[in-house]
Amino acid sequence: MSARLKLLALALLILGALAAAVVMLNVRGEGDLSEEIAATAAPAAGWRASDEVIARGAYLARAGNCQACHSARGGAPYAGGRAIETPFGTVFSSNLTPDAEHGLGRWSAPQFWRALHHGRSADGRLLTPAFPYDNTTLVSRADSDALYAYLRSLAPVAQAARPHELRFPFNTQVALAVWRALYFEPREFQADASQSADWNRGAYLVQGLGHCNACHAARNALGATHGPLDLGGGLIPMQNWYAPSLADRREAGVAEWDRAEIVALLKTGAVNRASGLVTASGPMGEVVLRSTQHLSEADLGAMATYLQTLSAHADASQAATAPDAKRPKSNARGKKLYADRCAACHGDHGEGVPGAYAPLAGNRAVTMRRPANLVRIVLEGGFAPDTPGNPRPFGMPPFGQTLDNEDIAALLTHLRTSWGNQGTEISALQVNRYRGTR
Amino acid sequence: MSIIHFKKPWRRLRCLVFAAVLTCPLAQATPLFEDTIAQRLQGCKACHGAQGRATPNGYQPRLAGKPAGYLFHQLLNFREARRDYGPMTSLVDPLGDAYLQEIGEYFASLEIAYPPPQAATAGPATLQRGEQLVRHGDAAQGTPSCQQCHGEAMMGVAPDIPGLLGLPRDYLNAQLGAWRSGKRQAQAPDCMAQVARSLSPQDINALSQWLAAQPVAAPAKPLPEWPANRKMPLPCGGVSIEAAPVTGSQIGSSR
Repeated sequence: MSARLKLLALALLILGALAAAVVMLNVRGEGDLSEEIAATAAPAAGWRASDEVIARGAYLARAGNCQACHSARGGAPYAGGRAIETPFGTVFSSNLTPDAEHGLGRWSAPQFWRALHHGRSADGRLLTPAFPYDNTTLVSRADSDALYAYLRSLAPVAQAARPHELRFPFNTQVALAVWRALYFEPREFQADASQSADWNRGAYLVQGLGHCNACHAARNALGATHGPLDLGGGLIPMQNWYAPSLADRREAGVAEWDRAEIVALLKTGAVNRASGLVTASGPMGEVVLRSTQHLSEADLGAMATYLQTLSAHADASQAATAPDAKRPKSNARGKKLYADRCAACHGDHGEGVPGAYAPLAGNRAVTMRRPANLVRIVLEGGFAPDTPGNPRPFGMPPFGQTLDNEDIAALLTHLRTSWGNQGTEISALQVNRYRGTR
Repeated sequence: MSIIHFKKPWRRLRCLVFAAVLTCPLAQATPLFEDTIAQRLQGCKACHGAQGRATPNGYQPRLAGKPAGYLFHQLLNFREARRDYGPMTSLVDPLGDAYLQEIGEYFASLEIAYPPPQAATAGPATLQRGEQLVRHGDAAQGTPSCQQCHGEAMMGVAPDIPGLLGLPRDYLNAQLGAWRSGKRQAQAPDCMAQVARSLSPQDINALSQWLAAQPVAAPAKPLPEWPANRKMPLPCGGVSIEAAPVTGSQIGSSR
């Protein structure tokens, strides 16, 4: 054999070994699940688990906010079809109703468990990680079965799943297999014996069904996070809202909050703290609306307990108050815009109105290093979620149609540098970046 | 649980004390906060004008005085994606039905003077066509008259049928066009989609030109209720009025 042939054989051998490793990594941990799946027939149409199990599944589906992605706006709940934009193309959510043709009608409980725990479909295909199976892998088998029982109890909706529109190579099973080999491993939730049962329940919900890190963590170029433990904040891809760090006191860390305040924010979408009103806005408003307001006080308390123990990522470069930050010497334009457009609600000194309008003085959402949310709230306005605990919320007007980028930049710079606020200047370019995103 | 606290009740007191001596302009630099539905809906005025009276920009419509049920249905239509305007959808997305109903009732309750009509820019033939469609429709193409449903005074019928006067031409054009193309929808059966599909683009222009040029006469309110023993020419989702059976000359047959 010539040297060239030897080299070729070696290369093929390495490629083969790599491929085998990828395949192996993609089915690791499945044990005898394949046998269970082969031995378990999907229950007949109309099958119902006990009311108690279905109710528990319904609650867990709320905890996972499954409906948010698995329903199109104005469409039937859980019938899928919502377009989820990703940097790799558009993913369309699947139909979770028990329709035999288009939904889960022919799925068995172990197949459903394999989807949650291993990220594989009933037919064994690899699912795209837009479905956060890096989180749902932590869901217990009992909870998976309850979710399955709940979804099987819904009225079937004959709505075909729309094929994903992902770009090559992201639309291939090979690419998914490689991605999974790099970033996914099926895992069980491991309780931390040194922590309370309450803390562990919170960790299970936050890391698992809650999939908080799907937004509250940075993603790499291939869309992977550092896993459910990282809640260090990240810009939500395509949506361009910044999900602030839940560990950092300068962002949305809650270590210094009262536990009851965290529970209230998740339960109602708004909480009056001593420093003023805090509301859930943007995508977090949707999370409160469709998910956390429906959770029990005990579970919200457990999540709060867990979130309070997250430690900040000490990164001096991220300091919200860089001492040499560029500050405008005078900003008459911003000051005047504030007086004309904002002071009527937020007060002459950015003090806000308890229960109605957030204070802007001393508000970390105003001074945060990443200004995405501040810019978008001013451009688009909005309401806090309308919940039984905070009904008929007060609205914030959208200013994107009446103020230009220079105006908004001057206004935001004024907010970030007045009344003791130590934020940085905002440029018109930064404002423009968030126009027209949704 | 309510989390409302009134801001600085002493401010009002201070104002009264000042008022005894001199006026109190300084103390009133910021208006007093009051927990009213108007205060809660301050966000709407950025585009729809103070008290929903519309702004001069000519696109975002007036809200004041429109029938409550109509406004409520439009808010639902934005939330459920039957109407396609992202800024409205994201605003109403977190709001529940009861609040949307209250918002509709609030704007319906406002009696605000109407602006003068827009001078028409079209020729007499176009305006004549517009008036003919409004008053008589066009049976040959299956278009019912506007007045059949929107009232002789064209100010709508409470609670669900909106008025057609006092709206900017650009807005009317955009809405009829969007209905014709399917971009704007209502609850099924979508009667206005059928009507709009019976219209040509020239018809839509004629309607908008004529309607926008009409003054709003007193009392400038929707009819309080649908006239008894009268039927609608076709069934409309979200409107609980009986429709006459559609017969041979199919209203809104597509063209």
